[in-house]
Amino acid sequence: MSDEVAIAFDHVSKEYHVDSAIPGGVKELVLHLPSHLRRLREREPLRVLNDVSFEIRRGQCVSFIGRNGAGKSTTLGLIAGVIRPSSGTVVARGRICPLLELGAGFHHELSGRDNIVLNGVLLGMTRAEVRERMDQIIAFSELGRLIDQPLRTYSSGMIARLGFSVAVHLEPDILLVDEALSVGDEAFQEKCVDRMKAFMEDDVTMVYVSHALNTVEEISDRVFLLDQGHLIAQGAPHEVVEEYHQRLGVTSHAAGPKDAKSEPQPATKSQAA
Amino acid sequence: MSTATGNISGGRATTASGPLSHRRVRHYVDLVTVLVAKEFRVRYKSTVLGYAWSVMHPLAFALVFCFIFSFMSKFEVENYIIYLIAGLFPWQCLSNSIVGANFYFLGNSSLIKKVKFDRAALVTAGVLNEIIHFAVSIPVVMLFMLWYGHLPSLAWLWLVPMLVAVQMAMAIGLCLIVATCNLFFRDLERLTTIAMHLMFYVTPIIYPENVLPAEYRWTLWANPFAPLIRCWHGLFYYGEFPATAFLGAVLWAGAMLAIGYGVYRALVWRFAEIV
Ligand SMILES: Nc1ncnc2c1ncn2[C@@H]1O[C@H](COP(=O)(O)OP(=O)(O)OP(=O)(O)O)[C@@H](O)[C@H]1O
Ligand SMILES: [Mg+2]
Repeated sequence: MSDEVAIAFDHVSKEYHVDSAIPGGVKELVLHLPSHLRRLREREPLRVLNDVSFEIRRGQCVSFIGRNGAGKSTTLGLIAGVIRPSSGTVVARGRICPLLELGAGFHHELSGRDNIVLNGVLLGMTRAEVRERMDQIIAFSELGRLIDQPLRTYSSGMIARLGFSVAVHLEPDILLVDEALSVGDEAFQEKCVDRMKAFMEDDVTMVYVSHALNTVEEISDRVFLLDQGHLIAQGAPHEVVEEYHQRLGVTSHAAGPKDAKSEPQPATKSQAA
Repeated sequence: MSTATGNISGGRATTASGPLSHRRVRHYVDLVTVLVAKEFRVRYKSTVLGYAWSVMHPLAFALVFCFIFSFMSKFEVENYIIYLIAGLFPWQCLSNSIVGANFYFLGNSSLIKKVKFDRAALVTAGVLNEIIHFAVSIPVVMLFMLWYGHLPSLAWLWLVPMLVAVQMAMAIGLCLIVATCNLFFRDLERLTTIAMHLMFYVTPIIYPENVLPAEYRWTLWANPFAPLIRCWHGLFYYGEFPATAFLGAVLWAGAMLAIGYGVYRALVWRFAEIV
């Protein structure tokens, strides 16, 4: 682990206009033009990340936890650079590789081998680079002879293995994992966790999002707790997970005290600075 | 501190090390290659049948039109079947890519949501795919020409690739517009299908342009497809190279490419939010 900063969020907020896709399409828009224009002008943005600041050092493994809709995937999207913050700045250094959900970036008619090339190139490798790593990727996936069968004959766990194998052989500087491991069997999950630990020694920064709090505690150096777009706690895995457990009971039946809760946490910023 | 590779802006590829590095170009080419290869594997699981299908469709149309118009048309075109084929094959390519463009981005939503690759590659690959289909059907066109005693000329060796390139630029421009807009208005597919149907009859594809009354001739220049199709007719049917039509086709293709790229660049940063 080094002192170098790999990812930095500086007062980042993200707002969505919930209905920016015109639901009825062009026809609707033309038929009801005035009312649509009025609605577009008056719509209230939904603030899904609210003034979030943190820094992640190179080689760290951090996890984001929080309830559904807390803003975890949005945070990963900002790190990956696929979405832009509405305000604030996001810095992420080096090659970023997201671990995709099941089957994304694959085609079910192609063989495992062809899919490795497709997926690797989509994730940023050139074809030559994929070919160099082909044997390693196949070996890591443990798919053996099945690698030349079409993907549609694979089980979901096998597809997940293939995806993970490609992603980890990309030599990323930052690996983003959003609940992608849950379909592999126990042995493979174990292997992935081991690989992630090896990564940390390799100076790979890993950002992990999961509801599997055991794994979170096991692999993370630091854990961030998000609640309705606010970063409400960060620190040692055990403590933050504990805090999450405590708050879970409270937040589940009270929307009101949310602001009161997120206020006494400016420690977030001073810690990050 | 935050000097090196910030990633705040939308359109850049994750892997880009320099603004337009050699690696980035290399990667774009590989990306398009892999995407086209994928389409081909899937579509041509059986090569012979796949090829037959892509040739059959325009051919069937040509035969039907030829048959119907042979006893009801008001215009006389010698070797009408060749005229039809010369226009229908490139039209099929244009129309397939433009209607298909609705799903070039929408059909890859899970990727667009998570991976920061160059999204324009999806459009380039989609169009290239149709262009290849068109290119491999050109021998069929030539076969018909030979049958009716039209001889291909040597100039084809550079005229055909040049026209194909113009057609590709035009298709990429239009497809960028369609693919981008369909993310925002999801019902564009029906609209483009209808539009392409209308354009099929508005453009002189199955009739010669001289059947148009003089006061409507200006539409030939206002229609982005007309000069291009005129070029294909020129090459395959009239056995000449229509320089003015070619100029028109190049101008339209350039304009479409510029507009398409502009629309794409302006909106690409929102793709991941909206898909
Ligand atoms: N593209 C979008 N357009 C509009 N709203 C969005 C979009 N993406 C996310 N949101 C909203 O942002 C909020 C946070 O979503 P996000 O996907 O980050 O949650 P999450 O923490 O990953 O939840 P989960 O644990 O369920 O995966 C949600 O309220 C969601 O409705
Ligand atoms: Mg999520």
